[in-house]
Amino acid sequence: MDPASILQYCITGLTVGSTYGLAALGFTIIFNTTGVINFAQGEFVMLGGMVSVFALRGLGLPEPVAVALAVPAVTLAGALVERLAIRPASGRPAMDLIIITIGVSILIRGLVMLVWGKDTHALPPFSGETPIPFLGAALMPQSLWVLSITLALLAGLKYFFSATLHGKAMLACSHDAKAASLVGIGVRRMVLLSFMISAFVGAVGGVILAPLTMTSFDVGVLLGLKGFAACILGGLGNPFGAAAGGLILGVLESLGAGLISSAYKDAIAFVILLALLFVRPSGLFGAKDAKRV
Amino acid sequence: MGGFRADVLRLCALAAALGLAPLALSGGYHLTVLTMCCLHAMIAVGLNLLVGHAGQISLGHAGFYGLGAYTTAVLTSTLGLPVPLGMAAGVLAAAAVAFLVGVPSLKLTGHYLAMATLGFGIILSILFNETVAITGGPSGFTGIPRPAVAGTPLGDLAYYFIVAGSLCLVLLLSLNLLHSRLGRALRALHTSEKAAQAMGIDVARHKLFVFVLSAGFAGLAGVLYAHYLTFIAPASFGFSFSVELIVMVVLGGMTSLLGSVLGAFFLTVLPEFLRVFENVEVLLFGLILVLCMLYLPGGLAGGLAALTERLRRTALERTRSREAADD
Amino acid sequence: MTIARAAALALAALLALAGCSKESDSVKIGAVLSVTGPASFLGEPEKNTLLMLQDEINAKGGIEGRKLEIVVYDDESDVNKCVMAARKLLDQDKVVAVLGPSISGNTLAIMKLFGPAKTPLVSCSASEKIISPVDPWVFNTPQLDRHAVLRILQDAKKKGYAKIAILTVSDGYGQSGRAVLQELTPAQGLTLVADEVFGPKDTDMTAQLTKIKAAAPDAIVCWGTNPGPAVVARNRVQLGIDTPLYMSHGVASKKFIELAGDAAEGIVLPAGRLIVAGQLPDDNPQKALLVGYAEQYAKRFNAPVSTFGGHGWDALMLTVNAIRAGKSAKPQDIRDNLEKTSGFPGTAGIYTYSPKNHNGLDENAFVMVVISKGDWKIAE
Repeated sequence: MDPASILQYCITGLTVGSTYGLAALGFTIIFNTTGVINFAQGEFVMLGGMVSVFALRGLGLPEPVAVALAVPAVTLAGALVERLAIRPASGRPAMDLIIITIGVSILIRGLVMLVWGKDTHALPPFSGETPIPFLGAALMPQSLWVLSITLALLAGLKYFFSATLHGKAMLACSHDAKAASLVGIGVRRMVLLSFMISAFVGAVGGVILAPLTMTSFDVGVLLGLKGFAACILGGLGNPFGAAAGGLILGVLESLGAGLISSAYKDAIAFVILLALLFVRPSGLFGAKDAKRV
Repeated sequence: MGGFRADVLRLCALAAALGLAPLALSGGYHLTVLTMCCLHAMIAVGLNLLVGHAGQISLGHAGFYGLGAYTTAVLTSTLGLPVPLGMAAGVLAAAAVAFLVGVPSLKLTGHYLAMATLGFGIILSILFNETVAITGGPSGFTGIPRPAVAGTPLGDLAYYFIVAGSLCLVLLLSLNLLHSRLGRALRALHTSEKAAQAMGIDVARHKLFVFVLSAGFAGLAGVLYAHYLTFIAPASFGFSFSVELIVMVVLGGMTSLLGSVLGAFFLTVLPEFLRVFENVEVLLFGLILVLCMLYLPGGLAGGLAALTERLRRTALERTRSREAADD
Repeated sequence: MTIARAAALALAALLALAGCSKESDSVKIGAVLSVTGPASFLGEPEKNTLLMLQDEINAKGGIEGRKLEIVVYDDESDVNKCVMAARKLLDQDKVVAVLGPSISGNTLAIMKLFGPAKTPLVSCSASEKIISPVDPWVFNTPQLDRHAVLRILQDAKKKGYAKIAILTVSDGYGQSGRAVLQELTPAQGLTLVADEVFGPKDTDMTAQLTKIKAAAPDAIVCWGTNPGPAVVARNRVQLGIDTPLYMSHGVASKKFIELAGDAAEGIVLPAGRLIVAGQLPDDNPQKALLVGYAEQYAKRFNAPVSTFGGHGWDALMLTVNAIRAGKSAKPQDIRDNLEKTSGFPGTAGIYTYSPKNHNGLDENAFVMVVISKGDWKIAE
């Protein structure tokens, strides 16, 4: 149990945790505007990676162009999902919407499987594969990309929600949709925007992660689940909490795998989650108003 | 009460249909499909009580199904205990674990409860997968005995009748529950927990009761499943099956018990029809789900009720217009 | 309600289509394979191979003058669907033999149906429980994990390695390999110093590898199927570990080399001779059929041949061979003649069945290969 090993576990955990954090971020944005948990969020991350692979291999475009093409394409997909599946169901109880998003996630997965097959694909890393030695552990250059882009996204979102008109309008919708529409906020447009931003965040996540983790049509499932867990861990509704929750979940998982048992790695994450839910459901950073009877 | 009698009549119709079905079927394949439908319907009914009537949610119900199955498998196969004992133990195990998990979990609501049940379901499925010495691990557990009557193991047809009969019993119990004082309490609870509490209803106890009961039904289905296939594998009790169960309930119509039976039958049979379409199947499944949810809000039961209502009204209008023409 | 009506009509049409069973004088062989789902990398090439062979056989006049008809059902890697598909094949399609399933769990689930139905099952999955204890009606075609592990450990002993670390996937294949590795490593006189597990969908194994590194093994054995082992290979390079790495035959496909990239260099594994068919000496009894299979598959499906598809090849051709040898397509005769198969060259090896041996192969079915410059090279 030497310090170099522990450091390695932490580095791994932070990298994997960014995956969860970005997925969690997408969940949070949509939840903040509509109160809906979008189970198809993991699929946006998957699409980011898969569309990039298709643009790279199928269309033969250079990697930067492929990535620049993939992200807006997936953002558009998010808009389509909102228009075709969510808007017709507005006003329905939360359970119905959860089921619809589950259906959408199955649909997207089936479509990708049909069009691009079941194979796993690797994206070339942005700046090479030579590991950087760091205090006895190894750091991949792609990990640095992942962490820095995640932080940049977070900063951008914070600015968006606190300083821009659209961002504040979206927050208003989450607090009280009726009041928001009374002051002239187009609630429907905000919902559409929230899905597009979520898809954008998810796509970026997928693109920066695919070089590290490889991608295939079904990477979205577990990612969505763990992202959801990270959301709860950080406090549902808090974007920073979501990202932090993801990072913490990743590190705990990695430490659990290294120090306790790799077979039960996934279980460790969920056990901690359950313990937290029973003791402090508002998560680590959420407001203390989580519903308890 | 009028509603109760109507429901019991519908239940009798279902029981008759299930009882006579083997005559119309040709061979083991159809019987297997029908048996699986009944098993899934059993779990769906319990889940319907929890989700549709008590207003809770469980994204890990497949775990209780698995608990029942593995408990009876280990007791009857590894330890050699008699089958009825193993079955009873399986149901009790599912109910007991539901009690232990339910006490802390049901204090949560909404997404938090969803996450708790989700996490619990995943932990169970990991346990089934990893405790190889007990469960046989990912490759599954073989050699579960069929219950025997006078020394000979039950055949598929006899077993089907047991399963169908159990389903009808479960339905009868649930219908009775819903039309009783407990059912009214649940409806009050679903509408507004605060108001129900103000009326003196012990919200926590009622929620726990329904949770444990629905887990018990799932456990019952699990023990019947284990002794039917004589083989179980962890993959059958994971998150994707939990999702499928929720879909059965919602598709069937959340406030209708018999709707859940319809939903279970539909979702179990549909892949058999879609068998011809292989690769497109996943896509079609998702498409059907979304479309049904968007355009059939009351689920299949609601759609059926609306259909019968429509037919009744057109028949009525036709007689009325004929009378008007005669005048 | 037009939607409900349309749906009812569609369902009725599908029912008619799905329930249709053709009546003919052909030899009907059934197959239940995991064409979709997590095991599709097994089922899809198996199905392709069966259909390709069906056309080939029929073009050459069929079996004993009768047309060969293969009915393939997809079990979606799901136990329940597999049981229903097997039932359908036995009760409705009334096939004379069933090939598959692709995965061990599903095979174990349907095995007991075949004795009462008196129809032989030739499985494409490798669990030992399938053929031990021997069920007179159940055979299988892939090499056993035991054979692969034996070859790996023999190679390790030859190279002087004493401490072994294992890293396995938590699915049926990985768990089966793990059990055999745990049993045979001490039996061969080596020491097991680390035993780590990863999930089939895990994307990062640096934690497990870090733990293994701390145990200072002489060699690491990774047991799984794509994409996990490719991640393991890459992580090993990223962590700067240069302990020699063995893989299992589960990664004997070009896909592994594609995914692992440069990290695949130097990895040693046991594999069926299909992937190195071109390097075999001309007098090798399998060479001609392997080269032919590889060429035809690539031409017809525009994709490289797969060793997993080979399990389907073996299952079908062993059955056809049994029919031809006994000049009878009756299920009982097929079963009896399968058991009499001796020295039959297939893609996985040379098969000799007997009443006590329903697998037909031994460790010589494997050849040790090393990945060199992005391609396979025979290592002995």
